[in-house]
Amino acid sequence: MINQIYRLVSARQFELSYKDRSLQGEEIIVRPTHLSICAADQRYYTGRRGAKAMRQKLPMALIHEGIGEVAYDPKHEIPVGTRVVMVPNTPTEDDPYVAENYLRSSRFRSSGYDGFMQDYVFLKRDRIVLLPEHVCPNVASFTELVTITTHALSRFEQKAIKRRGRFGVWGDGNLGYITCLLLKYMYPDCHVTIFGKTQYKLDHFTFVDEAIFINEIPENYEIDHAIECAGGKGSQYAIDQMIDIIKPEGAICLLGVSEFPVEINTRMVLEKGLTLIGSSRSGSLDFQRTVNMYKKYPEIPEYLSTLVGNVTRVESVQDITRAFEEDLSRSWGKSVMEWKI
Amino acid sequence: MIYAGILAGGKGTRMGNVPMPKQFLSLQNKPIIIHTVEKFVLNPRIQKIFIAVPRDWVQHTRDLLKKYGLSIPRIEVVSGGRDRNDTIMKVIDAIEKNAGIQTDDILITHDAVRPFLTHRIIEQNIEKGLEVGAVDTVISAIDTIVASEDGEFISDIPRRDFMYQGQTPQTFNIVELRELYQALSDDEKEILTDAAKIFVMKGKKVGIVKGETFNIKVTTPYDLNVANSILKGSLDK
Repeated sequence: MINQIYRLVSARQFELSYKDRSLQGEEIIVRPTHLSICAADQRYYTGRRGAKAMRQKLPMALIHEGIGEVAYDPKHEIPVGTRVVMVPNTPTEDDPYVAENYLRSSRFRSSGYDGFMQDYVFLKRDRIVLLPEHVCPNVASFTELVTITTHALSRFEQKAIKRRGRFGVWGDGNLGYITCLLLKYMYPDCHVTIFGKTQYKLDHFTFVDEAIFINEIPENYEIDHAIECAGGKGSQYAIDQMIDIIKPEGAICLLGVSEFPVEINTRMVLEKGLTLIGSSRSGSLDFQRTVNMYKKYPEIPEYLSTLVGNVTRVESVQDITRAFEEDLSRSWGKSVMEWKI
Repeated sequence: MIYAGILAGGKGTRMGNVPMPKQFLSLQNKPIIIHTVEKFVLNPRIQKIFIAVPRDWVQHTRDLLKKYGLSIPRIEVVSGGRDRNDTIMKVIDAIEKNAGIQTDDILITHDAVRPFLTHRIIEQNIEKGLEVGAVDTVISAIDTIVASEDGEFISDIPRRDFMYQGQTPQTFNIVELRELYQALSDDEKEILTDAAKIFVMKGKKVGIVKGETFNIKVTTPYDLNVANSILKGSLDK
């Protein structure tokens, strides 16, 4: 079968590639139905990823957040038409101590390895997670983003001291929203504060206990643990504030990606005995956990539906460009492509 | 029900001096016809896929299907007919023998030698086929179309923005197609080689689905070179 792959060849330019694929392999063949655009995809699309990375990684199909329907299972185990979430991380080895998403040998889609913008996606059997029926496809399309929080919180559980109490989340964007939401369900007795800087964004956080502007933090305000979802240059200011108001032995989870190194007040990290937990991407298990949470708490996907910003029906390469451009002009919410190409 | 008919009835005289009909020639070490059939196998809405090949090539086709893991109940090989429409009728006969024909059944017919088609093209053929009853896949004409009835002088230059080039799939309501075809005289059958044209001639509506420029028909050695180049040129960096 000749598979069409929609690759980014240079900034703002997609081109079609064709690749011969066999139906006889081990892999399950999935037809993508809904794909969601991530900030990382936009860094490639706009060329902000830097000349060297662009040269090394392109041409490459973007998108690592998406769902689809099983079109063919060579082993006939999974019924055709089954809705699945596609897992973008593809490990090539097992390690008893290191999670699959931290192994340097793992391949990650839309980062040096073709993403989901294809006619059909070929996935190993453990790279798909069955999706419950009640979850709306537009919401399900960005499940991968939700798994980032699921993964970070499972690391927090393993590594942080056992006191829970008060959480502070920095960053009033999509990831901040998801993180606050999951915290409220995972730790219903805890106090969750969102720290942000934009009123209309903070207005979306109806389920948190408190919303505070980052330049109006009350004196003597304290939290037990902090989660950074700011990213970029903002992460430095966020981490500074976290270190200031976190209680001793608290944990700071770092989730936001920054292109540049950021300075950290290590003196206070030492004095307070803080634990900084870095986390990036997620693995198959995090997808399963996330889907299990959708099942257990059907309100979670309902809350997440408020994040669905722009939905573009994609039937041509021009539509892909339109979806990416429209996403750039949005300051809140996720852009979803209905994959009809 | 939705059926597919892969039309491979021809012997590919245009391909020149080659050892076998064009649809069996290889593209990236796999017969073109297999590439095409695989794309239809991946569409779960299609109940059954019929492949119509020249009578002498039925066994060869079955062997190929076996070799590529496609020897499955969803695929059946049938002998083609005298010409394109007769081949389609052979496919319809096979459908009838299989499960009978219902009034809303549709048949997606596709050239075996167009292996580059996409999921979208098949899906839109199904959607429009169910809605309208007859569908043709076309692309806008890029070059100006010039008509000449005697081959010496131009008889007409139609407006380019009204012109399209026909590709496949073509999708039809099976009952309607068969009725229209059977009502044709032998002379009409000779002239009306395109099934969509039968609908147009009889005043029926035929919907159009946007094709793709790369949905090429591999019928000449040049096309085969182009097809191989498209694939090789797309290999990973």
